[in-house]
Amino acid sequence: MSPAPPREPAVVRRAPGRPRRRENLPGYLFLSPWLLGLAAITAIPMLLSLYLSFTDYDVLTPFTEANWVGWDNYQRMFTADPSFWHSVRVTVTFALIAVPLKLAAALGVALLLNRVFRGVGIFRGLFYLPSLLGGSVAVAIVWVSMFNRGGAVNSLLAVFGIEGAPWVSDPKYALQTLMLLAIWQFGAPMVIFLAGLKQVPVELYEAASVDGAGKWRQFKHITLPMLSPVIFFNLVLETIHGFQGFTSAFVLSNGTGGPVDSTLMYTLNLYINGFVQLDMGYASAMAWVFLVAIGLITVVLFRTGRFWVHYSDSEGG
Amino acid sequence: MRTWIRPTALVLIVAVVLYPLFWMVGTAFKSPEEIVSNIGLLPEHFTPSNFTSGWSKFDVGFGRFFLNSAMVAGLTVVGNVVSCLLAAYALGRLRFRLRGMWFAVMIGTLLLPGHVLIIPQYILFRSLGWVGGEWPYLPLLVPHFLATEAFFVFLMVQFMRGIPRELDEAATIDGASPYRIFQHVILPLSRPALVTTAIFSFIWTWNDFFRQLVYLSDLKDYTVPVALTLFIDSTSETAVGPMFAMSLLSLIPVFLFFVAFQRMLVEGINTSGLKG
Repeated sequence: MSPAPPREPAVVRRAPGRPRRRENLPGYLFLSPWLLGLAAITAIPMLLSLYLSFTDYDVLTPFTEANWVGWDNYQRMFTADPSFWHSVRVTVTFALIAVPLKLAAALGVALLLNRVFRGVGIFRGLFYLPSLLGGSVAVAIVWVSMFNRGGAVNSLLAVFGIEGAPWVSDPKYALQTLMLLAIWQFGAPMVIFLAGLKQVPVELYEAASVDGAGKWRQFKHITLPMLSPVIFFNLVLETIHGFQGFTSAFVLSNGTGGPVDSTLMYTLNLYINGFVQLDMGYASAMAWVFLVAIGLITVVLFRTGRFWVHYSDSEGG
Repeated sequence: MRTWIRPTALVLIVAVVLYPLFWMVGTAFKSPEEIVSNIGLLPEHFTPSNFTSGWSKFDVGFGRFFLNSAMVAGLTVVGNVVSCLLAAYALGRLRFRLRGMWFAVMIGTLLLPGHVLIIPQYILFRSLGWVGGEWPYLPLLVPHFLATEAFFVFLMVQFMRGIPRELDEAATIDGASPYRIFQHVILPLSRPALVTTAIFSFIWTWNDFFRQLVYLSDLKDYTVPVALTLFIDSTSETAVGPMFAMSLLSLIPVFLFFVAFQRMLVEGINTSGLKG
């Protein structure tokens, strides 16, 4: 089954003449835990934080006593807090580089695996393993040690006579080691690509090779367009995911965003402002800016998707 | 492409991808001297000392941290499976007023970045007195009993739509209520989706860090990921071995799930686009 973007529930066809049964009471009974969660865990906290983003709330006093400060938090964020813009830059750099490379790796390996041969399932599983483990603190710890001054990467480079660098403690390279960790987890999008590749009709390739199209032209004119909905799906998921990187940056910098703020991801900055500085009003404002930004990026992705995402009619999109 | 290029490329890529994991296993069994001197993957002398010293490195032993993690992950699994199943049955199978709207709202929360909510939720739970109390796990668990993990609701809705409608209709004609249909038709047939939800819930919660970091402040309440960060504070060379040993142990449950349910996990992300 190929991953399809969420759709409205299909209208259930009912026999003509039979009245449509309503199940209002059981419907809402079954839905009630979710409705309670929606209200208490999602909607009310969001509205509360919208209010608090206009206050100087600091956690230590009850929030009913927080002072209304108007747009101060937002003004400070955009005009007087260099760390805000810095964390935006770090996060955007991270997403702009890591997400395309991760998707390219995922697509490349998926193409290699898109054949029937013995052991294909084992390869697929092994490539997927980092996606299961990679978000953990444990793997981040290992990753950071591996790129440390005396770590495995420099030792390996030394074998080839290349002098390594203090990847983790040098602000030039620290973020790049985190990007590599993200790219290393290409297995999840790869599995989705593989499923998409299986949906491309073989006849298209047969017809193309009869017409004398080479491998590259087949890839460009058949594989890529046919796969574009899946590419788009992965792009949206990975972008939203990439903007929320926290754990690896926290582990590398021991929660500071260092060296020299080079790994100060937006969510880490949010954490520092809210839970270290206890400046919850300001952190609430940051959270709302983040929410709006993610929303805008998603909208932009969907808009640009219209120009390059190809939905074939036969499949019905 | 020549026949040997593809397998060679695949083997090379697998080697690069798995190298960090093998390196972690090897380093966990090396003595402190060997960690510095031996750059090979395998230790010359296997030593379990990193495991014993890491296990009791802090005032509270890792046994406690593992128990805490297992409890949080286990209860999260129960919460997610039960609450998401109920919501999915309503959204996927029942007809009631405003169902379309609620479904759209659920899809909307699917795209809502979780980190945005962490500050306001913290404030809310704190004002309820749940933060830093006797039992600090309420803020970690309660949301999962209220079906807030929209991914799983979506996964189960998708699955339930595949169950033939005729089964419900036949049961309805026989006089079964929606509750009985849920219990005797939908629940037994939804088992694959429930298992997928349970496995992913466990793995994600086991790996989760941000929330546990925010809500757990007392050493005895720490879960494994939060406890592992204590190693980062002690940057001395001697801490590397124990740190690797405990990191390795912390990955074993997820690894076992991977070995046991590999096919299911891979198919799970195919049907729903779930992230690993």
